[in-house]
This record gives sequence, structure tokens and C-alpha cells, in this order.
Amino acid sequence: MQVPAPFEYARATTVDEAVALMGRFGDTARLIAGGHSLLPMMKLRLANFDYLIDINDLHGELGFIAVEPGVVRIGALTRHRELLDSAELAGVFPIFRDAERVIADPVVRNRGTLGGSLCQADPSEDLSAVCTTLDASCVIRGPLGTRTVSMAEFHRGPYETAVADGEILTEVRFPVRERGGSAYAKVERRAGDWAVVSAGSAVWLDDGGRIADARVGLAAVGPNTTGIPEISATLRGEEPSEQVFTRAGEIAARSCEPATDQRGSAEYKRHLAAELTVRTLRTAVARAARGEA
Amino acid sequence: MTDTRQRSFEDNDQKPMGFGRMLRKEDPRFVRGRGRYTDDVQLPGMLHLAILRSPFAHARIVSVDTSAAAALPEVKAVITGADLAGLGLAWMPTLSGDVQAVLATDKVRFQGQEVAFVVATDRYVARDALELIDVEYDVLDPVIDVRQALAEGAPLIRDDLDGKTDNHCFDWETGDAGATAAVFAKADVVVSQDLVYPRVHPAPMETCGSVADFDPVEGRLKLWSTTQAPHAHRTLYAMVAGIPEHKIQVISPDLGGGFGNKVPIYPGYVCSIVGSIVTGKPVKWMEDRSENLISTGFARDYIMRGEIAATRDGKILAIRTNVLADHGAFNGTAAPVKYPAGFFGVFTGSYDIEAAYCSMTAVYTNKAPGGVAYACSFRITEAVYLVERIVDCLAYELDMDPAALRLKNFIQPDQFPYMSKTGWEYDSGDYEPTMRLAMELAGYDELRKEQAEKRTRGELMGIGISFFTEAVGAGPRKHMDILGLGMADGCELRVHPTGKAVVRLSVQTQGQGHETTFAQIIAEEIGIAPADIDVVHGDTDNTPFGLGTYGSRSTPVSGAAAALVARKVRDKARLIASSMLEVSVADLEWEKGSFHVKGDPGTAVTIQDIAMRAHGAGDLPEGLEGGLEAQICYNPSNLTYPHGAYICVVDVDPGTAVVKVRRFIAVDDCGTRINPMIIEGQVHGGLTDGVGMALMEMISFDEDGNCLGASLMDYLIPTALEVPDWETGFTVTPSPHHPIGAKGVGESATVGSPPAIVNAVVDALKPYGVRHADMPLTPSRVWDAMRGTAQPPI
Amino acid sequence: MQVTMIVNGDEVTREIEGRLLLVHFLRDVLSLTGTHWGCDTSNCGTCVVWLDGEPVKSCTVLAAMAGGHEVRTVEGLAVDGKLDPVQEGFIQCHGLQCGFCTPGMLMTARALLDRNPDPSEGEIREAISGQICRCTGYATIVRSVRWAAVNAAPEVTS
Repeated sequence: MQVPAPFEYARATTVDEAVALMGRFGDTARLIAGGHSLLPMMKLRLANFDYLIDINDLHGELGFIAVEPGVVRIGALTRHRELLDSAELAGVFPIFRDAERVIADPVVRNRGTLGGSLCQADPSEDLSAVCTTLDASCVIRGPLGTRTVSMAEFHRGPYETAVADGEILTEVRFPVRERGGSAYAKVERRAGDWAVVSAGSAVWLDDGGRIADARVGLAAVGPNTTGIPEISATLRGEEPSEQVFTRAGEIAARSCEPATDQRGSAEYKRHLAAELTVRTLRTAVARAARGEA
Repeated sequence: MTDTRQRSFEDNDQKPMGFGRMLRKEDPRFVRGRGRYTDDVQLPGMLHLAILRSPFAHARIVSVDTSAAAALPEVKAVITGADLAGLGLAWMPTLSGDVQAVLATDKVRFQGQEVAFVVATDRYVARDALELIDVEYDVLDPVIDVRQALAEGAPLIRDDLDGKTDNHCFDWETGDAGATAAVFAKADVVVSQDLVYPRVHPAPMETCGSVADFDPVEGRLKLWSTTQAPHAHRTLYAMVAGIPEHKIQVISPDLGGGFGNKVPIYPGYVCSIVGSIVTGKPVKWMEDRSENLISTGFARDYIMRGEIAATRDGKILAIRTNVLADHGAFNGTAAPVKYPAGFFGVFTGSYDIEAAYCSMTAVYTNKAPGGVAYACSFRITEAVYLVERIVDCLAYELDMDPAALRLKNFIQPDQFPYMSKTGWEYDSGDYEPTMRLAMELAGYDELRKEQAEKRTRGELMGIGISFFTEAVGAGPRKHMDILGLGMADGCELRVHPTGKAVVRLSVQTQGQGHETTFAQIIAEEIGIAPADIDVVHGDTDNTPFGLGTYGSRSTPVSGAAAALVARKVRDKARLIASSMLEVSVADLEWEKGSFHVKGDPGTAVTIQDIAMRAHGAGDLPEGLEGGLEAQICYNPSNLTYPHGAYICVVDVDPGTAVVKVRRFIAVDDCGTRINPMIIEGQVHGGLTDGVGMALMEMISFDEDGNCLGASLMDYLIPTALEVPDWETGFTVTPSPHHPIGAKGVGESATVGSPPAIVNAVVDALKPYGVRHADMPLTPSRVWDAMRGTAQPPI
Repeated sequence: MQVTMIVNGDEVTREIEGRLLLVHFLRDVLSLTGTHWGCDTSNCGTCVVWLDGEPVKSCTVLAAMAGGHEVRTVEGLAVDGKLDPVQEGFIQCHGLQCGFCTPGMLMTARALLDRNPDPSEGEIREAISGQICRCTGYATIVRSVRWAAVNAAPEVTS
């Protein structure tokens, strides 16, 4: 069996302690929570660190889903399973339940965390696409205090984030608006596989049932999970219809940059970007109209 | 859960004295976590071995510097190809009579090839030490595309072979080229189709490994290893390593699946032996998953052109095929010597035709060696895929129902034994009832109606049929041997004084349930309860010689041996009974478990009474030795030919091209059924393999020869969510030459299911004018097929 | 470093390397070889054990991370020698062949039944979807878990 190279194990019991340890060890250290991306890379010796700082004890502090007026705050150590099981979260953002059903597998979901998913910054990662769709912002804590960045700023490229050495992602915030609906869809070669393409949609309707605002986030079609502003611009003010969704899908298809790989051809992925954009918009609008959020 | 299933639970409580549904004797240890697999073996002072593998597909080794690794205090040995060359152990024979490097000396010829190994006190440190070995490579152009292997100027892979100037491995042909050409020339309809059976991997959940314990004082080697053929391995180790065969004990403990992956001898096993000899300590080697996927026995990798000739009304006249076979860097195919393409010659399938011909060219490439694995019945998987796909192509061209076309062309019951046009004598079969039962279970006509209705709405539903005939149970020793070892199997049965028994087998279970079924065979024959029969296997010191478990051969060969050895014991018991009851042998009647005097059932002796008498005080009949035991070596007179009819129903999402297997109906005929529960389990597993191969599994390579399926993240195996709840049925056509009429079944479903699934997907895509699509039918590839832009996967 | 954890109800303390994986701690240090491993990438699920009552893939957990926590393995499923209903179910319904994936499947099945005593076929398939079985084709595993649901002995399902 593959095994990681030697390192020192340390455990943080508070966020302050984690920040202090990260400050002390700098880029020779890495935080570990679920470990499902980090440990396999270390076993392959593609990544080696002198220190691993176990932050699972921070679950009391950073494992939470707080649905508040105008905002949902989710702690970075909230596990996939908690996101999937939360009826309250699904009530506001059903996209989470859609997505969590198709992320990895149930046993991995028992361990993997929201923060770990975002910090891995894999372009195929589903929660990143969800966060992009929902216009989330990320709260990052470091020795100098706390700062908040948008998803667009958070992901700087494949496997690269705004979290600097000595910093820790603590929380992700999602603005809540009236008459919203959201949905997520993923095409995968097999359950538990990374996405061939995934799409998330969030839609907000006005009093007349027109689209007040909409956002689409895609995974696995470019260097990052991508939000597509042109889709939002196109949909705003429109009466929801298949024609409008199709137009949005066409924009998605031409706005993304998929690559041909084992999961599929670039052409197919473009097609899926369109198809899944249409499907998720359709569901999101229906949910918004039914008041399901 | 349906009522029928609830009933089947109750059936489980039966404890048959012989054949019938019976719970497995081995299960209590497995559910408690008390199975004992190779990696569970821990010996005092045991060291751990790790192998350094080539990152390149084709490169010359310039130098290997092991000094830094050897300097680690925990490292006890670092061995290179040069070191092995000094011992004459750098190369070893493959099961096909080629040679394969144990550790590379001159060149590496595939990515993942063994270059050096480390033995250390700790498995983690052994891995660390690999990082410290410095190998300088001179990278060469690799040969990855099998079609380019024979091209002018292609890089030469096997320059180790004297006089070798190209990458040609072998040519092979079967059937009658001239007669076939004549039939094709006069046929109304000829359909030709190129087909690829991609490279796939058995990937048993337990990887390969071994623990070698060499005793230098006694000169004795004890080797626990993940082998499906412990006796054959022992003989080969004796021939290669020079350790006398009687001083080698090979133990194959519980195996976490095999599927043919654990038939060959891998360099790692030899390395662990060398490691133990060099260090004087027990040495354990266990592959990681990547090593398993990139270096051990793959399967398939055939590029085939299939041609079929028929009359306009659907009478199949002839089948012809040309095959380009990729054998990787070394010909490591595990097939009988006279069958370099395994049993691919049964490609004429279940149909009575006038002529057939196959020509094949096999080549070397810079890929891992292997070829016969993954429950393939010695390449019958490829053969069945070819014939069942090409028959569907014919149905497409004739606009004929694929079930009707098959029914029209079956070999008829009165034609058995049937000699095929490629020289295979099918022992027995009655195909139409099997096909009809599958159609009935499926509700075939209703499915076609549903499909027609759905098509009017643009919904894509497909119904795929496959009808296979297998040839399993290798085999008659006048035809079949592996490296000179005849494919017979021994069996010993000993009845103890108290009437309990032990049966010793030469075959080895990898999950097939031998400890149960073989006890049932003995029980059926001599009437001792299965619970009272210990089944010993997987240990060369404690079992008779035989060739092991693969190619669905355990029941056809070893199962026959078990039945016959029990009959030998029964014959002796009859003599003892006649003396106990003081009547002549002719006056005795056998009723399972006892002899009684004809016409007087009350005057009887049980097998237990007889066993005690055989070992006890008092005289035995004149000329009879004490004891109640026998042994046999069974040489099968023919293969057995199980068959089956499979029907698959799929739905394809027209928007995403995602395929969902909705239903799968499998009707198998494996002759006499020893334990229906186990047979059904074997079928279920094979069907799942079929879903894997048809929809997702493929070992592919980039142009540099990097394996792109090197982990279970990249090499996808079906989960519980990709497969339906299997629907099974059976018919029974006993084998006329097998003592209990049984045929092999272990690989039937792996062989038979892929074409059913592909046929279903292609059928679903019929509105798009699709006649063929190659595996694996991933969403992207299905989408290509719908758009008419499909390319072969290799 | 020193690590202390509860394994199958017993407290164990051992000196280990920080990098030691939980699966190796269980197998090589404690000789609890019922837990297997089949890949390196947390895809196969043969290494599933419980950590504080939840199934986890022990090839992707450091032994050190289990320090101060509670681990349960297949060896801890039977209580006082009496098989858990899932173990009995796997025997009754032929839910295993080679037995290699079985311990992980059993641990996931037990956890599922603790949360959902009457799972549907679909819920069972979902629950075991992170675990690969190469032998059974899953249908008999599903039946085995259903058997355990139907035949649950209340005193051992707590």
C-alpha cells in the first residue's frame, strides 16, 4: 500500500491555535480535516509536508450551519453529510442537497468538509460550483485578523486559493434573497466519480414571476469552477421559458473552456454545459415558483 | 423485497445431503473478520519488500545507484537486475513460454516494469528507500499503438530475443479459409464490422502479494502467495530457482478475488523469494493498487474485424474474423500451449454454420504483459463478443428481430455432440428452451412494444440479447498443458473412523465457495453430511497435484475428480458392507449414506459403521486393506459447454447520453446444479463485470505509454448504483461426459453479458442510425455514437 | 508519538509514527486483520471502520487522528460471541464470496441500520456505493442488509 513520507503530526484544538501553528510552521505545514484529497497525494509523494495540523477538533467551533435573516453561514469544518442532512439548509438552498447526493460517496461524505473541498480548489469540485452559483464569500482568518473574499477571488487557479500560508478558511457565507430557487446537476461516468460536467443554477423571481436575477456555476469545464456573468445579464428581466433557458445554455457552452480527457471530449462537455444549464435553470425556476426556495 | 426473495431465505435453511441450496461453510469466519489473506500473515522477524518500477514505457537503463537506499539502517537489502543476473535469476519463463524480466537489466519495456527492490524492517521505510534509488534512463520511443507495432521502422521492443528484428509475437489461424471464402462469395448478404475489445483489468479487491520464508538450514522454502494455481507455481519455482520441488511449499491462503489476475507468476513473488534467501528472514511483498493495475495480468486488447455471411431470410452461413492482438511487452498469456489465442476458436458461437475462419496476428507493445484474465475462459469473452455483436449487426442489416435471428440459427438438440467448423466438440446443449425462458422472464414482446411507443416520443430504450456457448474445464491432457504440465487434477478423500471425512483438492477457491460445493459433491456420492466433511485446498504440502482454479475449470475437472474419488471410496465401502451384512455384493443396495440388503431396508449399515469397521478390529474381506480412503487424478475427456441467454434493457438519456441499465435477465444452463445459491452468486458477479466492461472499464495509455488507469479513481469499477437487481433463471442440460453432469459456470456471465449490454445500447440508438459502438460506452462515447462521430477507443 | 484510543471497547496506547495510517495501526500494530485495504485512494471501501460511530475509510485517516476517539472494527461487531444480524444476514443471503470487501460492507450496513432500521433497496445501494465488491454483483448484499432489517434483534442494534 502507498504510504506518505514522514511528517510530524500536530493537533489544534482552537482556531487560534491552528493559526498560531500555521504561523510557526509556514509552508512546511498543511491543515488536515477529511484528508481525502491530501493523503492520497501525500501517499503518491506528489506532496510532502513536514507538519500536518489536524483540525478535526475544531468541529465544535467551525462545524455549523446557521440560517439567519439575509445570510446563511456555514463553518468550514462542516462535513458533507451534515450539509446533505440539513433540512433547514435544503429549505433555503436545495442546491446543496442536489449536489451533496452526488459528491464522492456516503462514507467519504462522513469525513470530508466544506472547507477542505474549497481549499483543494479542484476545477471539477462540486461544492466550489455550488458556492460560485450562490455568490458565496469566504471568511479567512490569519495572524492579522479576518478577511472576506468572494468566490471569484478565492479560487486563483487550479489547486490554488487566496488562503495564504498561516491562514485558515473558517466560514463561507451565502446571501439569501427573496423568491429564490436553486438546483444542481452532474453527469458522471459512475457514482462517486468526479464530474464530467456539473452545473448549478440559482434563480430569483420578481413579484410578477419574471427572473429578477440568476446565476449559473459550472464545474469541470475550465481552470476553475466558473460563474458566467453573461448568463445572469441575459436572464435578468426575462419571463422564464424553455427558449430563455436554451439561450442561457448556449452561452454556457461557448463561455467555458473544457479539455478532452478520460471523462469525455471537449465537445461533449460543451454540450453538457448547455444541457445541464438548461436542466438546472428549469428546476431552479420551478422551485422558486413553488416557493421551495 | 418481493415474496419470492423472502421464500428464498427460508430455502437457505435447508441442509441438503448433497446437491441443493446450502449456506456456505466458509462464511462464519469471513463475517467475523477471521479470513486469512496473504497480507494477514505475520511472522517473527518478517521484513517488508517494495519494488521500484519504471516511470517510462521504453527506456534503456544506463545506471542504477542504490547506495543511498542501502545506507538506511532499516534497509536490509537492495537488489537490482544486475544482482539477479549474477544469480541467473534476472529472467523467468512466462506461462506462454516467452521470457519476462524479473528485474530489468537492459531495458524497461513497459511503464511499471520492475527495476529494483528494497527489503526493510518496516513497510513504510521500504517505500521511503525507493525514493533514494537513483536510476538513469535513456528514454526510447515507445510502441503504444498496436497497429503501428509492425510498421517499418517501428522501435524494436524485444531485442533481448536472439535474432528478433520486429515486434511480431505470433500468427495463428483456425478454420478453413478457402471453404469460408467460397461461402462468402455465394452469400446474399455479407456484413462486416470492426470491433475493439479494449484492455481491461480484473482488479481483484485484494492485490497480489507473497510472504517468502526460506530456511537456509533445511533448504526449504515456504511461500504464502496470492495464487490461483499453487501446484503449478511450485513446479515453476523449482524449475526457475533451482530449489528442489519437494522442498517448496506453496500456500495460497484466502484469496480476495482472483478472476485470472492471480494465475501468472509475477516478478514480485520471485523477488520475495530472493529477498528471503538473501536476508535469511521472512519477507512480505504486497502490491499497492497502482502496481496491480499497471503491471499485472490485464485482459483482452483485441482489435477484431468480424464478417458474417447469410441468406436474405436470415440463415447464417459463415463467420470470418481477423484479429490484431496486443500482448504487451512479454507474452504472458496464461493459456494451454497449443492455444496461443486461448479458446478464441469457439467464435462460431451457438450457431450451426457452413464454414468459419480466423486469422490472428499478435504483437509486442510497450505495455504490461498478460492477456488472459478477468474471467475470460481463455479468450472466449472476446469470441462471444465478436459473434454476438456481429449477429446483431446482421439483424440490423436484415431488419430482423435479433431474437428471431438467433432462434433460426441455433445448433439443434439432435446435433449434439456437435463438431464446430473450427474443431470444437460441443458436448451437449438445448438452446431454444433457454432462449425462450429468457424472453419469457423479460417479457420480450411487451418490451418491444414499450420501446416502439417510447421511440415515438423520442425516448431511447434498448433491448439487447446475447446467447453464448462457453467451452470450459481445460482440459484433456492430450491437447492441453501449461508449460508441459497436463491440465488434470487430483483429489484425495479420507473417511475417518468416526465417519467424518477430509477431501483434499488441487484447485483453489478465490470466493467460489469450494469448501461448500466440494463437500456437497462428496455428500451426494457417499452420504456423509457436508458439515462432516473438511475441504482442504490451497497448500501444496497437503493436497494432491493439479493445475488450479481458472477458466471455470474447478467443477468440470476437480468436481469430477471429487465425485469419482468418492465413488472409489464407496466401492470399497460396498465390499466392507457385504462382509458386515454377510451377503454378496450383488445383493446390496446403496441408498445415500448406507447399504442395505436388497428387499430388506432394515438390514443396513451406514457409511459411518463401515468407516469404523474399515479402521477397527476384526477381519476385513479377503484381500482388502484397512482404512477408507482413495485418491485419483482426473483427466477430462472433453471440455464442458455451458450456455446461456441474456437480455439487457437500457435507457439512454437523449440529452446527456448517460446509459442506465434498467433490467438484466440471465438464464444460464451449466448442467447439473450443485449449489444453486452459489451458482446464482457467480452469475451476479459476472454480470457486474459485464456492466463494468461495457460501460466504464478500460486501461488506456497516452502516446508516451503512461497508463491512464493506474488507480481506482481512474479505472472505474461498477458500484451498487450502476447495476440493477439481477433477474436469473436456469435450464439444465447435463454434460454427458462429466460424472455428475455438471459444467463450469464461474465465467459464464462475464463472457456473456458485455455483448448483451452493448447490443442494448446500440439498439437504443437505432433511431440515430447506429449499428455499432465500441466499449466502454461512457456518456461521451455514446454521445459521439449518436452524432455519428464515434472513434474506436484505441 | 504516543496515541491512545478505544478500539472495540478496549483502550489501547501505542507509540507510533505520525504518518501511520489507521488501517495499518489496526492491522499491523493491533493485529486486527479483519479490516482490509484494497486501494490507496479511498475509492474501494474495504478499509471501512467506525470512528466515533460513523463509517470512515481507515486508509485515509491517520492513526494519530483517531487518538482520543473510539474505533470499531468488524471484530467488534459480534457481541458476546453472538453475531450481529448483518453478519447473519450476509451468511443467510450469500452476501459474500471472497470475503475481502465484507468487513467494510458489514460496518457500513450496521451504521445504516442504526440510522434507518428499515431501509429500501435504493437506500442500501446508496449507502454502500463507496465500496466495491468484485464478486457478488451487490444484489445479495442488498438482500443481506434487508434480512438484517427484518430479523433485527433489538438488543444488539443499539
